[in-house]
Amino acid sequence: MNQSVFRLTLPILFGYLPLGMAFGVLFTTQLDYAWWTAPLMGIVIYAGAGQILAVSLLAVNAGLLEVFIAMFVLNARHLFYGLSLLGQFKGAGWRKLYLIFGLTDETYSLLTSRPRGSDRAHEQEVDFRITGFNQCYWVAGCAIGALLGDNVAFDSTGIEFALVALFIVLTLEQFKALGEGFPIWLGAAAAGVAMLILPPAHQLIGAIALVTAVLLFEYRKHRGQAPGKESGHG
Amino acid sequence: MGESGYLAAFIAVAAIATFATRVIPFLFFERHTEHPLVRHLGRYLPAAVMALLATVFLQRSADWSGSWVGLDALLPGALVVIIHLWRRNALLSIAAGTISYMAIQQAGL
Repeated sequence: MNQSVFRLTLPILFGYLPLGMAFGVLFTTQLDYAWWTAPLMGIVIYAGAGQILAVSLLAVNAGLLEVFIAMFVLNARHLFYGLSLLGQFKGAGWRKLYLIFGLTDETYSLLTSRPRGSDRAHEQEVDFRITGFNQCYWVAGCAIGALLGDNVAFDSTGIEFALVALFIVLTLEQFKALGEGFPIWLGAAAAGVAMLILPPAHQLIGAIALVTAVLLFEYRKHRGQAPGKESGHG
Repeated sequence: MGESGYLAAFIAVAAIATFATRVIPFLFFERHTEHPLVRHLGRYLPAAVMALLATVFLQRSADWSGSWVGLDALLPGALVVIIHLWRRNALLSIAAGTISYMAIQQAGL
């Protein structure tokens, strides 16, 4: 079974090793903490964009409430991954907790797109191993990157732009998956408004609140117009 | 709270926040997956949040007072978009944007 799981997760290996290394290099070149903290974060937090954002939060000694809100909001998309896997994970027993913990973007896309047989317990065991393999790749990437950053001297000024580039890529991927520009413009506009009227410390939270309020308002408007009907955006 | 105490608390908080986003649907929404509001938010919120984060952090990486008036970050940002639309390879796009931004910052123009 492990061999087929390895083959299934190979694309994730090629994605997680370099991205984990980018996080590790960023971590040791931007911060003064011990190198092994980077793979430790890969083990207990296990979130790509989240850990890269964590580096910039650690760099400014962010308050713990701000850390909680920033990480929660950044990972809020995971809320909706779980919704589509409620049935698939049902009855997985002790494995369920780890399946939920390890539900990253890549693991989610693999678990929801792979072909499944009728033997439920067997398929859940495969899901479990896929999740474990993926996390191993990620932690290994974090460790290699952190050691590289610690031992190879180079001018890392500006390397923090990796976070911005990652967010741009994820936005484009969301746009392609969705096929509509409306939420993209909404997010960008909300960020613009928040940056104009709020101090930097409150901009993220303010923009999130604005986006959520507009989406709720929009939902009510569409429900009012066409009750029970799927609504589309122009 | 010492430096290592802060780091430990930071990692614990970040881990709890991340796990919360993954476990909440299984705790509270087992009966509401088909609710239209949940589906509406599930459809649009992730894309809006990503665009919001990209905008905020792009603005923060730019130097708006220098002679580049923001182009030091806007150009690498545009490069990420172009390369990603062209090849759709996340690592290539991220590497190209980051390296060009580093080159601009380190050249100190």
